[in-house]
Amino acid sequence: MSGTIRARELGKKYRQYSAPWRRLLEWCTWGAYQGHREMWALKGINFEIEEGEAVGIVGQNGAGKSTLLKLIVGTTQASEGSFEVTGEVSALLELGMGFHPEFTGQQNALMALQMTGLDEDSAQELLPEVAEFSELDEFLLQPFRTYSSGMQMRLAFAVATVRRPHVLIVDEALSVGDAYFQHKCIRRIRTFKELGTTMLFVSHDPAAVKTLCDRAILLDGGKLIQEGSAEAVLDYYNALIAQREKDASIEQRRLEKARFQTRSGDSAIKITEVDMADAAQRSVRSFTTGEPATIECSLIFNQPMEEYTVGIMIRDRLGNEVFGTNTMYLDLDTPRRGEGETLKVRFSLKLELGYGPYSLTVAVHSPLGHVERTHDWIDNALSFHILPKDAQRFAGVANLSVNAELDTSE
Amino acid sequence: MVGRLQALWAYRTFVTSMVVRELRARYMGSLLGGLWALATPLMLILIYMLVFSEIMRGKVGARGEPLDYGLFLCTGILIWGYFSEVVTNCQSVFLEYSNLLKKMNFPRITLPVIVLATATFNFFLVAILFVVLLLIVGRFPGPAMISFLPLLTIQQGLAVGLGILLGTLHVFFRDVGQAWTVGLTLWFWLTPIVYHIEIIPEKYRALVALNPLTPLFVSYQNIVLEGAWPEWQTILYPAVVAVLILAIGLGVFLRLSGEMVDEL
Repeated sequence: MSGTIRARELGKKYRQYSAPWRRLLEWCTWGAYQGHREMWALKGINFEIEEGEAVGIVGQNGAGKSTLLKLIVGTTQASEGSFEVTGEVSALLELGMGFHPEFTGQQNALMALQMTGLDEDSAQELLPEVAEFSELDEFLLQPFRTYSSGMQMRLAFAVATVRRPHVLIVDEALSVGDAYFQHKCIRRIRTFKELGTTMLFVSHDPAAVKTLCDRAILLDGGKLIQEGSAEAVLDYYNALIAQREKDASIEQRRLEKARFQTRSGDSAIKITEVDMADAAQRSVRSFTTGEPATIECSLIFNQPMEEYTVGIMIRDRLGNEVFGTNTMYLDLDTPRRGEGETLKVRFSLKLELGYGPYSLTVAVHSPLGHVERTHDWIDNALSFHILPKDAQRFAGVANLSVNAELDTSE
Repeated sequence: MVGRLQALWAYRTFVTSMVVRELRARYMGSLLGGLWALATPLMLILIYMLVFSEIMRGKVGARGEPLDYGLFLCTGILIWGYFSEVVTNCQSVFLEYSNLLKKMNFPRITLPVIVLATATFNFFLVAILFVVLLLIVGRFPGPAMISFLPLLTIQQGLAVGLGILLGTLHVFFRDVGQAWTVGLTLWFWLTPIVYHIEIIPEKYRALVALNPLTPLFVSYQNIVLEGAWPEWQTILYPAVVAVLILAIGLGVFLRLSGEMVDEL
């Protein structure tokens, strides 16, 4: 059997020296002087991957994903524990295969194929296949440096998959390139999977991991914190991120006021807290399309106020206004409040939004038609993510709940 | 070690393709291509033979022939070029190929081999050029020429050993690159290349004799100028040093190659 990966108490440490002379001193004294700081990129990792499995590796930046892949590819060695990979490994690490910018795509492809141990003739024989899959045509005879990132990825993917390896590692490679080529890659990955290739897949796109992988491993801070079905691990991961983002935003609010640089207003009424919660009243920062949510704004009155409007605005990642409303549009009569009194305004809405990051702007101001007075205005009061629901995918930010029907009559 | 040698053999076509690629890269895009490889040494040889022989007439060589100094200088400088190219390129080869080392898993020992093979090919062209010129001026030294083979093998063994040692250390200490540049210049002048060993005062000669390249270069010059066979007992010292340095270089490389990628 080939294509299995087994890790037992696997650990990888990097030695960090604050200055080169510390290393020199350590070497010269045969380690009697310890000048380095140990940085464990991975520690106590245990897992087994069987032949033909597709496994997603999930984790935030710095979780140890790249180090794990490097160990599997064999470019770096484990510091402790045992580690065993059987069969031939083909990898697309950080989008590349170490191509040389001055050489043509074809020369680079030839070189990369020979680097897997093929002789020149066998490598030559595979070139037409690389050309066909990458669809680079006459660009194959141009220097690699002239390639766009999409073209670079097309060539790398075509070379890495020209022969079916026992283990295929794809690290973020599918995030560049157009949709057409992404689908082409995914089709090839699926075919390989059916033929028994073990797949390791790293992506920041949860949907891609869910659709391609049977299983997922969640790494965090160099430790394997969860392993299971791709669905379950990703849900856990999203919750983890949401919790972190929330903690971070609270932390940031406490630590640096700079985050609210775009805060403005006369402070007659102040917004003291903004929160977002799901249907179960849990404070979260990621939702799926169509999920009901509440946005809660807490206010404190620094002077008595009779007429005021509380509003929210959801913006997409580019800052475009996606949706906004306020108490006046909603025909809500805001009550008179005295100095020192507080008020909570709760907006309930269904997040019929396309997937991606969004930010929320919250404001208290005088009602329209009056002399414009802004009491408190906070751009980017919080940010949240919309994750795609499996059932229906779509493009854009607005979910218009489409039904399509086919008419075959003439 | 045996495993590494097997891996090297398995990657022989990779090595040859890389050498071809290196050579091609050097002259790619130029109109005359590989001819430029010969232009510089040809120019050097002509200048040394014609100009320096006039200036330094009769300063070296037993018979005091007119071209003696030119041949003396050419021999030393061309062979020094071969030696220094291998050490200099080896000591930076792991850094130069860091992009490849980080992304692909292949035997790293192939890289110094690629450097050696590329330099050997270049030197081969230059050597042919030099021999042709020797024939033209009627100074071909005869059968003693064959002894260049063992002598150059010892010299390049030393070069590769030192190159691997420095190249490995260079990954961990970037100062190695600077130090080598300085050391190379010093070494050049400590080797009898532009001057004859005889002109060194007796009391300093022991110092120059410490340099393992000295007996080799003296032999080269004697072969070319006099057609004399080397005094083999003088070669023992460089041979021992070469084996030692090669062993140390490979030992350090084997010990540290695992950590290497972490530092690139």
